[in-house]
Amino acid sequence: MSNIFLIGANHKTAPVELREKLSFTQEETLGALEYLKNAPQIKEGLVFSTCNRMEILYIPKAGDQVEQMIEFISDHKKIGIPEFRSALYIHEGDEAIRHIFQVSSSLDSMMVGEPQILGQIKKAYKTAVAEGASGVLLNRLMHKSFSVAKRVRKETGIGDNAVSISYAAIELANKIFGDLSSKSVMLLGAGEMAELAVEHLISHNVDNIVVANRTFKNALALAQKFNGQAVQFEERESVLKDVDIIISSTGAAEYVLTQDQVKQAMKKRQHRTLFFIDIAVPRDIDPKINKVSNAYVYDIDDLTGIVETNIHQRGQETIKAERFVEEAVLTFRKWVDSLSIVPTIKGINDKMTAIVELEFNKTMSSLGHLSQGDMEAVRRMTQAIATRTIHDPIQFLRNTGDHRDDSLYLNVTRQLFDLDIPEKN
Amino acid sequence: MELNSLSDLSSASSLLLQVSTLLYLFSMAGYLFFLFDQRDRIQKISFCLVATAVGVHFLSILATGIAAQDLPIKNMAQSLSLAALAFGCMFLYFQYKFNLKILGVFASTLLSILMLAVMLVPDTPVASNEILKGFWFVAHIVLVFTGDASLGLACGAGILYLIQEKGIRSKNPGFFFKRLPSLDFLDNVSYTCTTTGFTLLTFGLITGFIYAKSIWGRFWNWDFKEVFSIGTWLVYAALLHFRFHSGWRGRKSAIMTIVGFMIIIFTFLGVNIFLGGHHQGFTK
Repeated sequence: MSNIFLIGANHKTAPVELREKLSFTQEETLGALEYLKNAPQIKEGLVFSTCNRMEILYIPKAGDQVEQMIEFISDHKKIGIPEFRSALYIHEGDEAIRHIFQVSSSLDSMMVGEPQILGQIKKAYKTAVAEGASGVLLNRLMHKSFSVAKRVRKETGIGDNAVSISYAAIELANKIFGDLSSKSVMLLGAGEMAELAVEHLISHNVDNIVVANRTFKNALALAQKFNGQAVQFEERESVLKDVDIIISSTGAAEYVLTQDQVKQAMKKRQHRTLFFIDIAVPRDIDPKINKVSNAYVYDIDDLTGIVETNIHQRGQETIKAERFVEEAVLTFRKWVDSLSIVPTIKGINDKMTAIVELEFNKTMSSLGHLSQGDMEAVRRMTQAIATRTIHDPIQFLRNTGDHRDDSLYLNVTRQLFDLDIPEKN
Repeated sequence: MELNSLSDLSSASSLLLQVSTLLYLFSMAGYLFFLFDQRDRIQKISFCLVATAVGVHFLSILATGIAAQDLPIKNMAQSLSLAALAFGCMFLYFQYKFNLKILGVFASTLLSILMLAVMLVPDTPVASNEILKGFWFVAHIVLVFTGDASLGLACGAGILYLIQEKGIRSKNPGFFFKRLPSLDFLDNVSYTCTTTGFTLLTFGLITGFIYAKSIWGRFWNWDFKEVFSIGTWLVYAALLHFRFHSGWRGRKSAIMTIVGFMIIIFTFLGVNIFLGGHHQGFTK
């Protein structure tokens, strides 16, 4: 009976330095898949690696192959076993299935509910398929994990709420402007936080980025990095006319933009909406600006408040999501169990018997003139045809040969005869 | 025989009217459910219910019109019913154009209220009036009703804008934050509905004047409804003017669309109830 193993390390078990050392580049992933494909003791394998996790899924032919796999990681990543041994988790069977479902549903992510993970895991699956490393079981497992992830996303609110400050800011910007692709951003100050927020905005395709900083050189450097333009810090007021989102993170002790300045700017810009994100402490943007019509100011406390509410709501949704995962583990387990010789042969037999019964009765109902003996003879004949027809396939399944993968033939057989248990969702 | 089939037609029309009222009510229930549940399928079903209701409603009014050999706008019930139909049609159009799903909550509720009013107001038979006929009259009615309906939808979008704006400004994004689209989008919907409604209303007033000229020999008769209609028109003209020239957008513009629609409702109902005039007959 095939068993699924999963060896991995993630943000919960390994610090970032170690995760960096363990993570597989695309090329290293290909190399690892090559190894899994050719290793005589491994039936199927799949490698999944992001900046927050490294997971190897495999199905051994015999034994658990855990030590061999750890040795392989050590060789492949040029890292001593004692260095990472304690950071690994090793799951087997249902545990492994559950883990991979949780990962793809983003329940195991550093930022629970973040949507990128599903895309990454799909890519890992495609690579494994292209390399021929994964097989019937893992393919089915991955497909199931995609459908669980979709269900979790659709039926729980887990992906709804922004739980990081920059996400919360982006979400607000989306609810104010809708389409950010025609909007411009001004950065006041060239701090690290501002940079992070801008990176998120760029991934949402904002139109233009203007950087204003007291030290013009720093403004220029940051502007170049984001393909934007740099202006003198004193120009910030006049720039207000042309930008829509202002992210401020200067070290100034006083407000760098006041209510009057914004009121003036509003007239010049025909009262088009302005959104101020103030992540500086002490604050840069006069909170009274929030009272100006069509201007909105969010400071770091406001954003943190939203994030906290969202985290609380997310906790409730996680319980529901875990239930979906549990259901999926059960369904998958059932399928794996059905993928052995005895239930498959029984399935074929049952199906043939049912067909014979049905067709025999159908025909006999219009052949009333036959004697009891004739009817028995016809029944025996139909039964014999059925038994003969499935005799060879069953013989083949009983002895597919050691070097071949039973589950492959069993899977094909189940599909040919349409024996699979109907799946929900 | 002729008489018999006409009375059959009018009883069929009142049956159709009841069916459409029920459908409007179901669609409202659907949209309210959608407000909480947010499943797309529920929104689609509710939208189909509104569309079917509008279709049945149209057939009902058509049947009444054929039975009376006239535009059915002779009493309060008929006027309200026609207003609801115009509103339903404009809602279908703008929903198709913008796909602003949540607007259905507002529209289906307003439609249900209108139709319940139609059911409750006695449909007193009125003798056919020879002057209420002709191309200019029909054009006047159709343009004014669809224009008012668009402005009603602008008001709906304005209300949604104010709800969303309040949540964002108070830094307490609540129940509606996820359910409503962005401020810019709502503003845009409200603006498009306003310009469409304003254009229709303008032509509606012009055809009204032409019709007045052909009947009473004068364009302007100092009728109360005329005065209030011009008042409404001026409010919306001001709204659009300030939007172009002084950047009245967002909150101010949303409040104006709501105020404007309140005046429309008063012009439509209040003038007849409290003031009278030559438009009186339609809403008695």
